[in-house]
Amino acid sequence: MIHSLFLVNASGDIFLEKHWKSVVSRSVCDYFFEAQERATEPENVPPVISTPHHYLISVLRHRIYFVAVIQSEVPPLFVIEFLHRVVDTFQDYFGVCTEAAIKDNVVVVYELLEEMLDNGFPLATESNILKELIKPPTILRTMVNTITGSTNVGEQLPTGQLSVVPWRRTGVKYTNNEAYFDVVEEIDAIIDKSGSTITAEIQGVIDACVKLTGMPDLTLSFMNPRLLDDVSFHPCVRFKRWEAERILSFIPPDGNFRLLSYHVSSQNLVAIPVYVKHNITFREGSSQGRFDLTLGPKQTMGKAVEAVLVSSQLPRGVLNANLNPSQGTYTFDPVTKLLTWDVGKINPQKLPSLKGTMSLQAGASKPDENPTINIQLKIQQMAISGLKVNRLDMYGEKYKPFKGIKYMTKAGKFQVRT
Amino acid sequence: MSASSAFNDEKGGSSSVGEPEYGHDPASGGIFSSDYKRHDDLKEMLDSNKDALKLEAMKRIVAMIARGKNASDLFPAVVKNVACKNIEDPNQLIRASALRVLSSIRVTIIVPIMMLAIKEAASDMSPYVRKTAAHAIPKLYSLDPEQKDQLIEVIEKLLADKTTLVAGSVVMAFEEVCPERIDLIHKNYRKLCNLLIDVEEWGQVVIINMLTRYARTQFLNPNINESLLEEGGGGDKTFYCSDEDEDEDEEKEKQAEVSALAKRKPYVMDPDHRLLLRNTKPLLQSRNAAVVMAVAQLYFHLAPKAEVGVIAKALVRLLRSHSEVQFVVLQNVATMTIKRRGMFEPYLKSFYIRSTDPTQIKILKLEVLTNLANETNISTILREFQTYIKSMDKDFVAATIQAIGRCATNIGEVRDTCLNGLVQLLSNRDELVVAESVVVIKKLLQMQPEKHSDIIKHMAKLTDNIQVPMARASILWLIGEYCEHVPKIAPDVLRKMAKSFTNEEDIVKLQIINLAAKLYLTNSKQTKLLTQYVLNLAKYDQNYDIRDRARFIRQLIVPTEKSGALSKYAKKLFLALKPAPVLESPFKDRDHFQLGSLSHLLNAKAGGYQELPDWPESAPDPSVRNVEVPEWTKCSSREKRKEKKVEKPFYSDSEGESGPTESADSEPDTGSGSESVSVSVESGSPSDSEESEESSESDEDEEEEEKEKKKKKKEIKQMQASERLVSRSKPDVSFQTIAPSSALKNYELLHRITGEGLSVEYCFSRQAFSPDANMVAVQMHFTNNATSDTKNLHIEDVKLQSGMRVKEFAEIELLPAGEATTAVMGVDFCDSTQAANFQLCTHTRKFFVSIQPPVGELMRPVFLTENEFKKEQSQLMGMNEISENLTLDAKCRNEHAIVQRVTTAANLSRVPCGSDKECRFAGKTVTSGSLVLATVATKDEGAAQLTVNCEKMVIGTMLVKDLLLALTQ
Repeated sequence: MIHSLFLVNASGDIFLEKHWKSVVSRSVCDYFFEAQERATEPENVPPVISTPHHYLISVLRHRIYFVAVIQSEVPPLFVIEFLHRVVDTFQDYFGVCTEAAIKDNVVVVYELLEEMLDNGFPLATESNILKELIKPPTILRTMVNTITGSTNVGEQLPTGQLSVVPWRRTGVKYTNNEAYFDVVEEIDAIIDKSGSTITAEIQGVIDACVKLTGMPDLTLSFMNPRLLDDVSFHPCVRFKRWEAERILSFIPPDGNFRLLSYHVSSQNLVAIPVYVKHNITFREGSSQGRFDLTLGPKQTMGKAVEAVLVSSQLPRGVLNANLNPSQGTYTFDPVTKLLTWDVGKINPQKLPSLKGTMSLQAGASKPDENPTINIQLKIQQMAISGLKVNRLDMYGEKYKPFKGIKYMTKAGKFQVRT
Repeated sequence: MSASSAFNDEKGGSSSVGEPEYGHDPASGGIFSSDYKRHDDLKEMLDSNKDALKLEAMKRIVAMIARGKNASDLFPAVVKNVACKNIEDPNQLIRASALRVLSSIRVTIIVPIMMLAIKEAASDMSPYVRKTAAHAIPKLYSLDPEQKDQLIEVIEKLLADKTTLVAGSVVMAFEEVCPERIDLIHKNYRKLCNLLIDVEEWGQVVIINMLTRYARTQFLNPNINESLLEEGGGGDKTFYCSDEDEDEDEEKEKQAEVSALAKRKPYVMDPDHRLLLRNTKPLLQSRNAAVVMAVAQLYFHLAPKAEVGVIAKALVRLLRSHSEVQFVVLQNVATMTIKRRGMFEPYLKSFYIRSTDPTQIKILKLEVLTNLANETNISTILREFQTYIKSMDKDFVAATIQAIGRCATNIGEVRDTCLNGLVQLLSNRDELVVAESVVVIKKLLQMQPEKHSDIIKHMAKLTDNIQVPMARASILWLIGEYCEHVPKIAPDVLRKMAKSFTNEEDIVKLQIINLAAKLYLTNSKQTKLLTQYVLNLAKYDQNYDIRDRARFIRQLIVPTEKSGALSKYAKKLFLALKPAPVLESPFKDRDHFQLGSLSHLLNAKAGGYQELPDWPESAPDPSVRNVEVPEWTKCSSREKRKEKKVEKPFYSDSEGESGPTESADSEPDTGSGSESVSVSVESGSPSDSEESEESSESDEDEEEEEKEKKKKKKEIKQMQASERLVSRSKPDVSFQTIAPSSALKNYELLHRITGEGLSVEYCFSRQAFSPDANMVAVQMHFTNNATSDTKNLHIEDVKLQSGMRVKEFAEIELLPAGEATTAVMGVDFCDSTQAANFQLCTHTRKFFVSIQPPVGELMRPVFLTENEFKKEQSQLMGMNEISENLTLDAKCRNEHAIVQRVTTAANLSRVPCGSDKECRFAGKTVTSGSLVLATVATKDEGAAQLTVNCEKMVIGTMLVKDLLLALTQ
């Protein structure tokens, strides 16, 4: 299925290659580079490229292209999903997935890739199994390896591969047993010129960090499970139980994992936490434009709106912006025409605003386009859909674990059209 | 690990420096790099009696091989250790690793050893080793395809495995080695369905895709009734209002037929078909996008229409994922929305575009939005489009304008609104936007000639305001093209343009000249002086293109004593009917590729793609899937067994059990059985036994009835197919079907049995045969089904009637086994239907074959205007005219159908015609160039008269026969 993998950095150099079958010449990537040149933006490179003898399927993550070489029919999503899994694994192992991190850990990278695919077909992609086979690098282990000449390859036999709960490694032991769950919700919205909502929906995830000894069997129940309209589970969740009782019942993997992602039914009205008052105008014949933006809290249920970041792509005709923020800092990049304003926390008593003028190219006519405003924000201790975890129980083990649940709301793809 | 980056550089080419795997410390690689030393080290490790060391050594070898390094000197050591010792190691992980190493050695001499090892491992106690054996199968197959038969035996054995660990891997091997052996699946079908939910994600994808194909060969189309209804109305939107009444009638007829059918025998879904749908549905909740997509395509291709809707929500969820996932999902959604629009309508807003989306995603979303547009949501969509028009991404704006154009053609109610909106865009500052709007407006106008005048009048007024040259030029072209519809305004526009001629841009000037020429030809009384004035101005223009054009046009349109033969054709040159462009979704008909596949995404067949078969007309025997229930399982009745299967829980509803279990095992009694038990089960139950309780279930009468029903269904299906063809080709396009229609009929030249594996088909491609214009092009399609290559394919010993000639195709030197190729030969049939006989020779054999043309292929289309047609027809009366009265086939009573059938039967082109009661066609015989004119005049209630006028009476008579046949059947 997957024949070879090339890693290409932002400047177009192949810095790592791996072949699972015969060696495919690097020159196959020329087709990729061609497509890259044609694309105006890095994310506009087509994920699937057809060449005379091969097909190239690529993903872009952390400014690295992961280019897989395929020789015959295979579902493209199969490859794309696998490549993303590779990136996730690297991130899990090295903390970050950058060119430098990959180069620093090149041995582990090759070991991982070798285990993840056999003859091009995915073999072990569960992080728990991989960690049994290949130990993640730590400073201490790297030093020991250098001195004693051993490798990161696990000493024990990887028995996890034989288990029916392949996502959990066996023989887990902790002195402090703890299980943390983060309920994170993101609001995707498009707000039109007049401030009315065109579309808004809530997407949520529950990320878990579980460090429990033995084979714990957990159940997690919600106060209002009907809110969840569409869910997708980690393979550990028992689907039937959810169907019947709306309870999440599972034997968790060890460590960090995403338990659940969900969509809140669109019937429910979505609370929009902020409003934006804007006045961005260009006048015909004048080389100046007005820029006027004010933010305010809307439906926040009394919680503070933090980490607000406003960004907007201004029209090409704008040469510079001379603005005055009432709080925070702003930057304008005259090359990319990207305006960003780091607002910070919104104080309801003194609303943050950004006002001033934009200078336009002299003689150029007024731009046709209207910029859109993208907003990022965070609200702690609240899930905007109102989702609440009722209780978390553990079976199968005797000890008493420490349990914690945290809620957070973020803006996802939150856009205001002007 | 400071040295690692240096290492990395070496990786590309030189292998002289040590691999990281050899020296444990990469930095020391250089010191211990002598080959001898390296291999010694590995050999020693392999010989050790410590499991961990052996495992380690083998892992390194695998890594080395996988990177394409030459490991052949390690070969004896590995084989000695691996094949002989480790494969019998008590530890299953060692056995598995050993097999992995062995199967990664790409040396042909090892094939027999590998084969033995795989066979042994396939009956290993440990499912993990069996999984590894499954993985090794494609490796051996790619090394030596000759082993296919033996490998199929192993696959067959492994397919019977009852553990989830093996299922995914063996199906993958099946797909790589023998995807055509669908018969191997029968016995394992139910088991695979039941195991599916517990198989690892990647295996799920492979199994689901394979089962989709399987189901298409074994079950009946669950939408057989609905699809009949759907075709007439909703599915394909026709652009022409005039068809609607007819469509309704057809629909009623169909409905009647369908209900008649339904009364006789309602469709009942095979329980196995239901099993598949039920067991895949929960996987829509998978976190793995590939799994979700696999289930979605399974439902799209296999589920009853009413149930397909469930996939929409899951697919929309994937749109939240990475942009590459979005890209693939949107492509598939775009194809789905054409067939099943209703399914995604509730999620319309999920496809709204954000300014931060990458352009390729924006354009795909736009495609989906356009496909979803209908009468009720069009105003919302158009409002959304309005904001897109103002985007900074100009490629996207251009795509939006095209989308608006498509909405306008599909939804009559908003056509005027769209046109007005587009006209406003003509004053946009961006050249690209203007150009795109003009193109779209032009297309829209060409599509609905009856409404021309209003809009053209409106456009004419705009010439006063619009300054963008491209837009002005396009407007002038439109006025010229349809000057007959605006007889009063056109000369006035020319007058204004004549005034401003000297100040216009070059492209506008050229169009002014064009407009003048067209007006001169149609309305010379009013415009003669104006035209001369314009031509005079152009004669002294600075631009030589314009001067040339003026000179050329003057010669063409103004008759002088010296003017050449061309001026006779001036009108034909300028006022030829131009084909209306087609505004169709690029995703139309893409669903003939299995959705979710690479081939679907590329819209081209990728290597190794397995065609999704059409539903069978009658279901093959369902009892092949019955598995004999082993005696030791107490449940003997199928019902009971099935119930248990249905309730079979997701892995761990077997709550009480502790520790690792083979929970996925479909045999209810296996419980937490150890591996050895499950193996003994396998060997103990002869799974391929044919005995079953329910093979005698259906009694014979029922079968008979069923057959009849199937037959009927088949007929209907065929009719549908032709229907679809008709509605697809717009009449304006078929006017100039000089290019061949897709429905070329294939004839058999050589059957593969007589041809000893070589089969040849031919069709009349209707393309001009370039080496000799008097010849008919015959396209031959050679397929080598034999196991050996065919060489030196050529023609010999041509036997022809006098006057006939043949231009042979160039010799095909090699046609490898399993490959196909095409070649074109030319035959001058001398306007007769005599066969051309010749021998088709290969390097070993000669076959006598002959090509006999239907009369309709002996002609090529010519372009005539209505007047010319009438004139020519009047000269071919009496003996040269043959008329027949006929009753049109019930499915062939609209204009489209008639045009389609006539142009399929004979290579004629349509002649424009004022009356809607008549269809006219014209052509010329290929050799002598004699005119062939055909007229179909329709009367009430399907009565019609067919008239053929042709100098060659034999051709005429035969053509009448063929056309009668085409129109009445």
